[in-house]
Amino acid sequence: MTTQSHAVAGVAAQAEPAVPRVRRTRSILVALAYGWLFTVIAVALLADVLPLTSYATPVGFPRQGPQWGSLDLLLGTDTQGRSILARCIHGARVSLVVGAVAGLLGFVIGTTLGMLGGYLGGRFDSLVRLIADTMLAFPPLILLLALSSILTPSVRTLLVGLTLLVVPTFTRLARANTLAWSAREFVLAARNMGAGHRRILLKEILPNVLPALGAYLPIVMAALIVAEGSLSFLGLGIPPPTPSWGGMISDGKDAIADFPHLVFIPALVIFLTVFSLNQAGDHLRQRFDRTLHD
Amino acid sequence: MVLPVLSRIGRSLLVVLLVTMAVVLLMSLAPGSAAEVILGEAATPEAVAALNAKLGLDQPLWAQYLNWLGDAVRGDLGESPVTGQPVTEAIVERLPVTLQLAVMALLLALVVSVLLAVASAVRPNSLVDRAINAVSSVFLSVPAFIAGPLLIYVFALQLGWFPVTGWSRLSDGIGPNLLGALLPAIAIALTEIAAFHRVLRADLIGTLREDFVGAARAKGMSGAYVMLRHALRPSSFSLVTLAGINLGRLIGGTVIVESLFALPGLGQLLATSIVTRDVVTVQGVVAFIAVVYVGVNTAVDLSYRLIDPRIRKVATA
Repeated sequence: MTTQSHAVAGVAAQAEPAVPRVRRTRSILVALAYGWLFTVIAVALLADVLPLTSYATPVGFPRQGPQWGSLDLLLGTDTQGRSILARCIHGARVSLVVGAVAGLLGFVIGTTLGMLGGYLGGRFDSLVRLIADTMLAFPPLILLLALSSILTPSVRTLLVGLTLLVVPTFTRLARANTLAWSAREFVLAARNMGAGHRRILLKEILPNVLPALGAYLPIVMAALIVAEGSLSFLGLGIPPPTPSWGGMISDGKDAIADFPHLVFIPALVIFLTVFSLNQAGDHLRQRFDRTLHD
Repeated sequence: MVLPVLSRIGRSLLVVLLVTMAVVLLMSLAPGSAAEVILGEAATPEAVAALNAKLGLDQPLWAQYLNWLGDAVRGDLGESPVTGQPVTEAIVERLPVTLQLAVMALLLALVVSVLLAVASAVRPNSLVDRAINAVSSVFLSVPAFIAGPLLIYVFALQLGWFPVTGWSRLSDGIGPNLLGALLPAIAIALTEIAAFHRVLRADLIGTLREDFVGAARAKGMSGAYVMLRHALRPSSFSLVTLAGINLGRLIGGTVIVESLFALPGLGQLLATSIVTRDVVTVQGVVAFIAVVYVGVNTAVDLSYRLIDPRIRKVATA
């Protein structure tokens, strides 16, 4: 018996498998995207340790172009002679913190609401859907602008506004996913074995819903970074002198005819970050979102 | 047939009520009172009290909301305490600019994305498809506040094909009007082109695998005819829905390009009102935009029901 199974195993190992191996395509673009994201995160974390002059003090003549020789002047100077590299790096902190914190908060609140609504159904579900519909009735940037008209701009108020933006998206996603999973046999089995609502939600449904929703997180973060950039571009985001990418574009745009690097360097940084997050999101969704495969 | 339509409309009306309630509530959310926000920190308590009484802010919240709603239904959104202009008048004055921008951007996005999606779906994963996908994912990551300055630099400053800023009215001739609106419209259309292309490409590829497409081909119909007459229409429903939903992002985009290109539209009105702390105008404009947005999406939902025979059948069954 044992020798036989060994022999079978040996043959199987030599022969080609009956089903061709699933070829996992490793795109160079996806690898580059993750590389860029890790670089931005690392640089943002190490911003205070790097040998850079502070983002608030001038390092030379204003509006110098990018040049070799000095780290501070590598990407040139802005309209007030401050290092663009230092401002890009400190701006990364704002964008990443805002994107990550608001994204995660919205993820947690939205998933909780959506799962409860989808699982419990009835009146509570109608209420959840109504709240989500109402929040989605405001075009995103308009909601942020409305909030910024009454709240003084700061990182905290920005976080509140951006979180409000994300909650309905995740509520809808979580609700749809929970509805699909709640109808499955293993949930019924758990219920028949006497599991309570809390146990079914946390142990049976949540582990299945989480990967699909988490895969949307990078895309949501990209949208949040764009929203923060738009607001800062309009001068209603992070108040100066704290640098933000959108604010840097706004500062430079009046001098774009003669000094295009003032605009194009922060624009390129935002583009690369948003592009990388979108690529990472597509990659994760293809792996974890079952609805894309069916 | 009638019942689901009525319930959809009823639901939208409920959302509109909640939206306006939220907007009116916004006024009371301001730290201190809206009057203090409008008058600034240096205002005397008497002036604040007077303005509060004038705006009706000394009344309980529900009374404030009912007053506001009663006036709004009759087309009166209040009077700006900063400029003295009725808010409705300001909206009507600036609406054409924003409307033209949004319509141009939407049309541009639809035309370009349909062309790209058809070119993609003819042979999925071919070189052409992959090239278009690459362009599409680049476009998806270019928000209006990046596309705007880039377009200005290349097409207005370097090539000199377009005016840098400014707006000429439609009544002053259609040529200069379109010329001034084209760059801003492109700036907000880029992201939508990418989003639309993705959805339509996936749907087209799915439809082209269906039996009736095979049957049409077997009858000897040309590839182009099958693509345009048989495949495109049933594939375009998610595109229509997405266009309605993404209108929200488009409206946000108009705020950006209107302030960048100095166009006298609703978005610019909103941005300047926020800077001058004109809460009444902000309230009116935000409520107006949100209600229009809900209306458009309800209309899209309903038209979807009416156009697609399959949904109609399910609804009557």
